[in-house]
Amino acid sequence: MTAVDHPVSAPGRTGPSGRRLRWRPDRAGAPIVLALVLVGGTVLFGDSFASGQNLGNIALDSSYLLLIATGMTFVILSGGIDLSVGSLLALAGVLTAYGAQWGTAAAIALPLLVCAMFGLVNGLLIGRARIAPFIVTLAALLFARGLAFAVASEGNKVYIIPADLLLTRLGQARWLGVHAPVWFALGAFALGVLLLNRTRFGQAVFAIGDSQEAAELMGLPVARVRVLVYVLSATLAGVAGVLVAAQTSSGLPTIGEGRELEAIAAVVIGGTLLSGGSGSLSGTLAGVLLLKVIQNLINQVGTLTAYYQQVVSGTFLIVVVLVQSRLARRRRR
Amino acid sequence: MPDTRTAPRTRTDVLGLLQVGGVYLAIAVILVFNLVFTPHFATMTNLRLQLVQVAPVAIVAIGMALVIATEGIDLSVGATMAISAALLPLYLGYGVWPAMAIALAAGAVVGAVNGSLVAFAGMQPIIATLGVLVAGRGLALVFADGRLTEMFDPTLGALGNASVLGLPISVVLVLVITGAAGLAVHRTGFGRRVLATGGNRAAATLAGLPVKGTLVTVYVLSGLLAAVAGLLTTARQGASDPSFVGLLIELSAITAVVVGGTPLSGGRVRILGTLMGALLMQLITATVIQQNLPDSTARMIQASIIVAAVYVQRGRSAA
Repeated sequence: MTAVDHPVSAPGRTGPSGRRLRWRPDRAGAPIVLALVLVGGTVLFGDSFASGQNLGNIALDSSYLLLIATGMTFVILSGGIDLSVGSLLALAGVLTAYGAQWGTAAAIALPLLVCAMFGLVNGLLIGRARIAPFIVTLAALLFARGLAFAVASEGNKVYIIPADLLLTRLGQARWLGVHAPVWFALGAFALGVLLLNRTRFGQAVFAIGDSQEAAELMGLPVARVRVLVYVLSATLAGVAGVLVAAQTSSGLPTIGEGRELEAIAAVVIGGTLLSGGSGSLSGTLAGVLLLKVIQNLINQVGTLTAYYQQVVSGTFLIVVVLVQSRLARRRRR
Repeated sequence: MPDTRTAPRTRTDVLGLLQVGGVYLAIAVILVFNLVFTPHFATMTNLRLQLVQVAPVAIVAIGMALVIATEGIDLSVGATMAISAALLPLYLGYGVWPAMAIALAAGAVVGAVNGSLVAFAGMQPIIATLGVLVAGRGLALVFADGRLTEMFDPTLGALGNASVLGLPISVVLVLVITGAAGLAVHRTGFGRRVLATGGNRAAATLAGLPVKGTLVTVYVLSGLLAAVAGLLTTARQGASDPSFVGLLIELSAITAVVVGGTPLSGGRVRILGTLMGALLMQLITATVIQQNLPDSTARMIQASIIVAAVYVQRGRSAA
């Protein structure tokens, strides 16, 4: 292990041996609350919540968000933000359905390539031209949504994915009783964990988010890492779009609006700091599940309308972040 | 350094001119384009329509510009518009003026919540206002039970459609708000405190400036202006539609501010530029529609203009 492998000594991060270096209450918040909410939901609603069917639905609903939030975690850890992922999800869905007329390979390759290109342009504008990530990805949000509508003839044309296509069977399959997108999301998440915690690239992401100047002085390829982070985020959004299209057998240009904000919320609830350099993918997983489980629980309460779901989600985000910052501040003293 | 002006500087001068006046130049170009290529563009009806349509975004963008000047951001403006729109029909029974006062007060309250989270709890503006965005839209839908409510109030109708001195009321409001904000920023102590807070918060705190009070005030103003925009939109539609009023307007407003030449990094603000930024985006959409191009093209052009505008300004903000 050379110094370059672990350029930052951010406290509380997983060490080389994989053990937690120090107990971080602000980091463990989301899993603890998640456990409480799961137990509470089971006690209150019994089988209507804890049934295989309902939990399966939660898992399926979470899988798309997990894919986006995994990429978003890399971006936020590097000190950036990616607002374009919701639009890219829609664009990828439309392109999947559009490409399906030439078979499964085209239906998967086309959206992923286009999304990766979007990520590359985002990354170059941010990493090389040094424009603020918020602005660049805001523009990409507009552009990708526009392109999605353009491909779908302003929303007038809905491309249907043939039911006998391999893609449809793949997307709608169940393995061990679990929807296929869940497996894909978990696979991507596992790869993400390895990439973040076991490679030089992951260490560089942390280092750049911690202090870009220091990372530059250490000779890290700052610009290249920043570009790659946005390519990763955009491609994962593309994967989510392909899976949504395969699940629903069609691509709609209207889906995914606001998903970028949901993903940012999940990442932040998971204890990753928006200022970059500190956080974890496991926290993001807990954050994603927490958001989705709470949405599901509110739907279980028959007397509450779905609108309360938003009220609770928003309030919850604020409360969690407040508590985390309090705990982090106490730890520093 | 006026005396060291040599040949290599010319390019910087052109760039500098673009940085300051880019948005005005872009508006001029698009106006000329329309005068030449778009039939019926230079009619009073059309120009009036463009101004009325841009009014809500412009008003929200002015508030956003003040927030961005403090190095903040306010994502909750669309939700605030929805809350004010949702409250209006609920209190219309007490008379239209009290109802509008309540709707405006609600906007100020939302702003106060944002401001307190940012100033006192030390939350990052993007997260605080993101939470309020999600919760606020939900709250508006709870208030309205998710329904669209039509209203037939003459005062409200006048607010949406009547004119003063030949100008629609909403346009007059935009001009008044822009003028007031411009004066406040450049001529008052409050304006200097806003810029100082955004420029260097630590220094402003050390200098004994009421940084927290300034932050709360700025977010309250943003919430209040969003509520005004919510009222205008509702009045013009003749209906309160909390599901859709102000949806994604935060993005249009941020775009207007940025295209108008205000950096996201705080400490600087261009109020008139913000108004022009909003106008430019509106004119682009209108041009694309009047050229019979699809709406999706408008979005892609807008996206390219955002990047171009910020790319041009980049040199200055780095300096």
